[in-house]
Amino acid sequence: MNGSVFLNELRRGQAARVLGLSVSGPMRRRLQDMGLTEGTLIFCVQESPLGDPRAFRIRGAVVALRGEDAAKVLVEPYV
Amino acid sequence: MCDPVIALAGNPNVGKSTIFNGLTGLRQHTGNWAGKTVTNASGSFSYKGQVITLADIPGCYSLFSDAAEEGTAAAFLRSDDCGGVVVVCDASCLERNLILVLQVLELTSNVVVCVNLLDEARRKKIRVDLSLLQELLGVPVVGTEATRGRGLRELKDALLQMQENCSRKWSDRSFLEAAEEVRFSELVGRAEKIAAQTVTCLAGREGADRDLRIDRILTGKVTAFPIMFLLLAGIFWITIVGANYPSTVLNSALFWVQDRLLAAALGAGWPVPLCEFLILGGYRVVAWVISVMLPPMAIFFPLFTILEDLGYLPRIAFNLDRLFQKCRACGKQALTMCMGFGCNAVGVMGCRIIDSPRERLIAILTNAFVPCNGRYPALVAILSMFFAGSFFGIAGGFFSALLLAGLIVLGILMTLLASWLLSRTILRGVPSSFTLELPPYRKPQIGKIILRSVLDRTMFVLGRAAMVAAPAGLLIWVLANIHVEGVSLLAHGAAFLDPFASVLGLDGMILMAFLLGIPANEIVLPILIMAYMAQGNLVGFEDLRFLHQLLVDNGWTWTTAVSFLLFSLMHWPCSTTLLTIRKETGGWKWAAAAFLLPTAMGLLACFLFTSAAGLFV
Repeated sequence: MNGSVFLNELRRGQAARVLGLSVSGPMRRRLQDMGLTEGTLIFCVQESPLGDPRAFRIRGAVVALRGEDAAKVLVEPYV
Repeated sequence: MCDPVIALAGNPNVGKSTIFNGLTGLRQHTGNWAGKTVTNASGSFSYKGQVITLADIPGCYSLFSDAAEEGTAAAFLRSDDCGGVVVVCDASCLERNLILVLQVLELTSNVVVCVNLLDEARRKKIRVDLSLLQELLGVPVVGTEATRGRGLRELKDALLQMQENCSRKWSDRSFLEAAEEVRFSELVGRAEKIAAQTVTCLAGREGADRDLRIDRILTGKVTAFPIMFLLLAGIFWITIVGANYPSTVLNSALFWVQDRLLAAALGAGWPVPLCEFLILGGYRVVAWVISVMLPPMAIFFPLFTILEDLGYLPRIAFNLDRLFQKCRACGKQALTMCMGFGCNAVGVMGCRIIDSPRERLIAILTNAFVPCNGRYPALVAILSMFFAGSFFGIAGGFFSALLLAGLIVLGILMTLLASWLLSRTILRGVPSSFTLELPPYRKPQIGKIILRSVLDRTMFVLGRAAMVAAPAGLLIWVLANIHVEGVSLLAHGAAFLDPFASVLGLDGMILMAFLLGIPANEIVLPILIMAYMAQGNLVGFEDLRFLHQLLVDNGWTWTTAVSFLLFSLMHWPCSTTLLTIRKETGGWKWAAAAFLLPTAMGLLACFLFTSAAGLFV
């Protein structure tokens, strides 16, 4: 256990497990549709040249999220 | 038996349109990015004596979604037109795809699951146990490699079976509205379990690692922007150099024909004004449009399509997103902007992938700031003549390409500036959240692309030449040949616009050509040539050297050229684009705004440049 952080704090090359989504409405649904649900393994694969957004591998697909949106996903990073 | 339509559903970018094309023989546009298909398309084929009708619907991640294009998909699946559903899945990403499969299965049991992209999965050493999957899901599962046509026969057999089952009653369709999140996580749990049982990954993630390595370069901190610029310049360079020779050949051929036509018509005793009206008016402009405009367009378009099929477009969006974020716009606007390079009307339609109405409007209103395919040839011609030093040759072409790429960068900056302005004035708001999928890089089917898009472009240009350029040519001829008080109507019009135009660094003729070019951007330069020539006695046309001379004779200097470039980059969108905007936004109000916004910025840019240049020249 490393404690929990928000997804936007995950650096390139880090992996984490999703603890929950702190957002409601369409964005919650949209994130869930992409397969981001509790317990999902997520891996930060790339950072955009201007720093934001970052790309994450989620269930085999690579999806880019803006920091603002990633800040709504609570994760527990792996060491 | 009923007469239903079978829907092709699935996550975005799993190859639905490729399968649709493979089955029906139609030619829906395909591309390697999520959101390429934004409208339903339907097509039929007959198989074993039965006619099967398919609908290719936009990709969706879920049936609950409220995004515009995903809404279309969900609405169609729930309608009574839909007799069965083929859910297309990406074999390398089965787990997430299964979530949609399970959702569709809640709607109906008349489902065939098509596991596509097996070839790609094989390269990534991912294996899917199709028969176990079929057993677990309880519906037929077919494996396909649609780009090579493999598995389509089996899919047809499954569709035939489905057609026969389609009278079966659908389950309670109101279920989905009542769907609860608990229900959703249950589905996800089931998808995970099924995927765990059926998918084996034989090695590490080699395929994914390859994509990762490419991404490190194409979206890397230092490399991303130079590569984007060089790719752009490279495409233009190939276009410019490649178009040279065909242009010259087409030109001499078409003007050879013109001389013969004129001789034949005069020989047949037709009245001279009629001959001139038809041939020097209508035919000649068509000949120019074809010879000057067609080759660059027919070369640029396939090159662009190759980039699109590789999967580069979403990377552009990924690289540029921060800037769009600063302008409070949607990152997917970079995608619709890229579509605008091909055709602004297509770009405007593509804005459906943007969920938030505010951000969609911003993307629609600013789409014309990137020059469409129809505007490149004129930009290239002016750049080569006035700035690249030499007219022909590899080096001159390269310099023109760099300049053009620079001009495009200016267009992108203006897109951002306009988006920023809109976000702070009439379309105020903060950006909504969005997700952007970065698909795996895929090898484009180069041969097919070149054949298809060269043909497509050629037909498109020829069609527009006949529909738009010929009437415009006839009109110009009439304007140039009807004299009032000893001066032609054309000259009257130009003289009327002249004072205004000269403030912008242009002349009345140029402005008139832009006005008459509203139906299609590719006719602006041909109309201008025609209008200038109608003033003098020149008849020949060999190459750009001649054109350069013609323009210089009509008072062009390098500042005129810059103003022309600026105005060409920023003026009203063509009528097709305006009509599309009206359709997409449901009224003339936004079409008018889309007309005024780039025009105002173009006028301002020309005015500022001309005033500044006036201080030094």
